Amino acid sequence: MVSTILIAIGVLFNLFGCIGLIRLPDVYNRLQSATKTVTLGTWSILIGVLVRYGFIDIGVKALITIPILFFVATVGAHALVRGSYIFGIPLGKKSVKDDYKEQNK
Amino acid sequence: MDFLHILLYIQIGLSVFCLYRIIRGPSIADRMVGIDIFGILVVGICAILAVVTGRTFLIDIGIAWVILSFIGTLTLAKYISGKKLNE
Repeated sequence: MVSTILIAIGVLFNLFGCIGLIRLPDVYNRLQSATKTVTLGTWSILIGVLVRYGFIDIGVKALITIPILFFVATVGAHALVRGSYIFGIPLGKKSVKDDYKEQNK
Repeated sequence: MDFLHILLYIQIGLSVFCLYRIIRGPSIADRMVGIDIFGILVVGICAILAVVTGRTFLIDIGIAWVILSFIGTLTLAKYISGKKLNE
């Protein structure tokens, strides 16, 4: 029962992240919303698998996936943002401040 | 129909949002964001599918998928930032 609730919370977080992926106006906003929320949702799903099966092979594999997923999602998102800034994707119309540009002057 | 089946179908249906962003995205970076998020969503699909069917090997597919998605994302980021792959 607890594992089903955890998996449901994870799917709900994934839904919020994907709505942000559709609705937000800018590459940077989309990536920020989607990466954080989808990573947390998948974390919750994997914790649900661990709670359901305990420390046998499938649960331990789900536990191993969690740190891999955290490193992979954050490093990949940072590389994507930096690459798209260097490529010259403009900020959205409602963005008011660009700290990275001021720092690199 | 079980409640976990409904969650599985919702999770599979979320990848349609990513496909919308991949097809519709105005620039190349939007498409790369869609691919990146899709790679993370597939891990959740594999985990729920392992719970529903009771097969263990689907979690292994999830681990391999997340690592390959990471390599693909880093390669695309290097590509659009205008650098060679060995610098």
